[in-house]
Amino acid sequence: MVNQPPPGHWLLRAVLLLVWGSVSFGVCYNARALQFSVAGWPFGYWMAAQGALLVFIAVVVIYAVVLNRAERKAQARAA
Amino acid sequence: MAEEGYSPAGKRRLHGIFIAYVFGVIAFLLLLGWAERMGLSRHWIGPVFLFVTVMAYAAIGIWGRTTDPEEYYVAGRRIPPMYNGMAAAADWMSAASFLSLAGALYLQGFSGSQGQVGGLAYLLGWTGGFCLVAMLIAPQLRAMGLYTVPDFFLVRYGGRWPRRIAALSAVLCSFTYLVAQIYGVGLIASRLTGVQFEIGIMLGLGGVLLCSFLGGMRAITWTQVAQYVVLLLAFLIPVSWLAYKQLGNPLAPLVYGTQLEKIGDLEDALRASPAEREVAALYLRRAQDYEARLRDVDAALAAERESRQERLRLLRHGNAEVGELMAASRELAALPANAEDARARWSRAMREDYERARPLAGLPPHLQAFAGDPDGSPAEREAFDVSRRNFLALMFCLMVGTAGLPHLLTRYYTVPSVAAARNSVAWSLFFITLLYISAPALAVLVKFEVMQNLVGIRFDALPGWITQWTRLDPSLLAIEDINGDGVLQFGEIRLGADMIMLATPELGGLPYVVSGLVAAGGLAAALSTADGLLLTISNALVRDMALQEIRRVPSPEQRVILTKFVLLGVAMLAAFAAALKSAEILSLVTASFSLAASAFVPAMVLGIFWRGASRAGAVAGMLAGLGTTLYYMLVHAPMLRGWLGLAGHGALWWDIQPGLAGVFGVPVGLLVTWLASQVGPRDR
Repeated sequence: MVNQPPPGHWLLRAVLLLVWGSVSFGVCYNARALQFSVAGWPFGYWMAAQGALLVFIAVVVIYAVVLNRAERKAQARAA
Repeated sequence: MAEEGYSPAGKRRLHGIFIAYVFGVIAFLLLLGWAERMGLSRHWIGPVFLFVTVMAYAAIGIWGRTTDPEEYYVAGRRIPPMYNGMAAAADWMSAASFLSLAGALYLQGFSGSQGQVGGLAYLLGWTGGFCLVAMLIAPQLRAMGLYTVPDFFLVRYGGRWPRRIAALSAVLCSFTYLVAQIYGVGLIASRLTGVQFEIGIMLGLGGVLLCSFLGGMRAITWTQVAQYVVLLLAFLIPVSWLAYKQLGNPLAPLVYGTQLEKIGDLEDALRASPAEREVAALYLRRAQDYEARLRDVDAALAAERESRQERLRLLRHGNAEVGELMAASRELAALPANAEDARARWSRAMREDYERARPLAGLPPHLQAFAGDPDGSPAEREAFDVSRRNFLALMFCLMVGTAGLPHLLTRYYTVPSVAAARNSVAWSLFFITLLYISAPALAVLVKFEVMQNLVGIRFDALPGWITQWTRLDPSLLAIEDINGDGVLQFGEIRLGADMIMLATPELGGLPYVVSGLVAAGGLAAALSTADGLLLTISNALVRDMALQEIRRVPSPEQRVILTKFVLLGVAMLAAFAAALKSAEILSLVTASFSLAASAFVPAMVLGIFWRGASRAGAVAGMLAGLGTTLYYMLVHAPMLRGWLGLAGHGALWWDIQPGLAGVFGVPVGLLVTWLASQVGPRDR
């Protein structure tokens, strides 16, 4: 088999997937209950229209930074 | 792993070219703006935009021409992550998401109506899927050094069938999507230049082919980067202008919160307005009139024909004016030809009029999440649950479909390393979000503009662009003084979803050049997606299917040439399908996400992360997932039911709409892959 799943980082992946799920499915499921206003924005609407998108970017960036750093370290050790 | 991309000097050169290109685009805009002020006619601005942009893309295509397989299939695997992110963003944003997203958010608010969910689910679905791509799929696929997505199934599972099924699914879901893009190309090109729809398709297709035919992935990548710049400017300029006009700050996403509140107040005022109620009552009467006719279609049609003939006779005898006579005979000719046609037309009109008879002309309140009421009567609770369930299902299908759409995943094959693939996904999401975060802002600003400034205008003082657009295409924009008071009510405006983006510049009082730019942006979105899809389909057909069946192995160059000719054929076929102008096409976009989700994702994710997944498991899982999705969609397609002679709509599972069948296909696919891997034959 050619393909080896990258070792480790299961915890990171699980946490990030949990965050991903809760800002998208979690927030939308409870959208009716989140209609209170924060700084002039209705919170549920803001989360769905902007907040979740920003969290998605954060999730992807954190994952890339952590894994790329780990990969570099592993290469340095191997060299 | 060595980073094999461009050398530092090469990268600097790329940045230089890119910055020069961006300034070139801006200078071109300013030049045209100046020419418009100097008196350049509107009839010229549209064609100039079409010609210059398509020529620019074609020039990049010719510059990037190649027959080298490594370049043709994966652009030599040396595209820097940022530019690949830009290309992926343009690849990703289709005509539908550029033109219709803001419109859908305008019409559907938070979540759409009970019968048709949408709204912010599109926004979340089309961005959230990238988390799955980044963590579960793209880096792993890049690590394997593949050329197409079906390649994965060959490398991981071996044998013939996994790859064959994957190639078939790739063609299936990409082709429906491609037809929708080419349809968009034809629509915009014909509107920009005023030529016929079919000629518009051919014009746009020429641009697509010059890129993908000559240069494959290499040419497409750089064209898509160029198209992204046009797309971004075309979206952000009108939004920023509207925000500046209404709120004094061009950064629309940061400041439109105050307009949300005002829209709530305006909606309340509209609901209470006696004139709006009068309009709604008139719509209700029309709807009931249609309903009465539908009870006995034949008699109603005969009566209608009789009364119109009678009127024509009276006019002829009464020495009426020629114009009046013409109008009366046109009315007679416009009657449905037969009872079947009449039934279809009248029931559609009845549904529309019932919808428009509701408060706010059937639009849901902008901020309200989901239809119905969780604390109301049982019927309202039911409506709430169903609409929420469908909203979440739509989001799920779009997200998981993102992780399975082959034309997107192959984009991450073109970067130099696995780390670069991770970075590139992050860049893509960033570039997509730049646009998507402004889409709800645009919807809100346009809604405010319409409710505040357009409603209440006298019919004889309507702005010129409204009359122009209504004459061009009544399905996009129609107004009618239903209650005859000479004043425009909210209920009397009928806006199509595609119209909102195209009308924004004129609504905000921007020069016509910006309208041309918006249309060029829509064209760029459609062309870039069509490029990527065409390449995916032809690669799947040639590399993954045809070449597996023949004995004599052709040289790599011969393969590339074969791929090019298949591409040409597929493009023609798609253009032919788009020219049929079937209205069903656009609804197929969601369907192709469902198909991609259920065909690819289960076997792909399990194959990557679980050693136990076997060939038998993958084959069974893919077939089961794809089969479930197709079955659920087809069994509810009205056309197919008509052919099979089945009546009614068929029972829905948990009230999930047919297009969202991926919510069933994905779990079934996962389960069957797992089960069949456990009990089926083991891989040797």
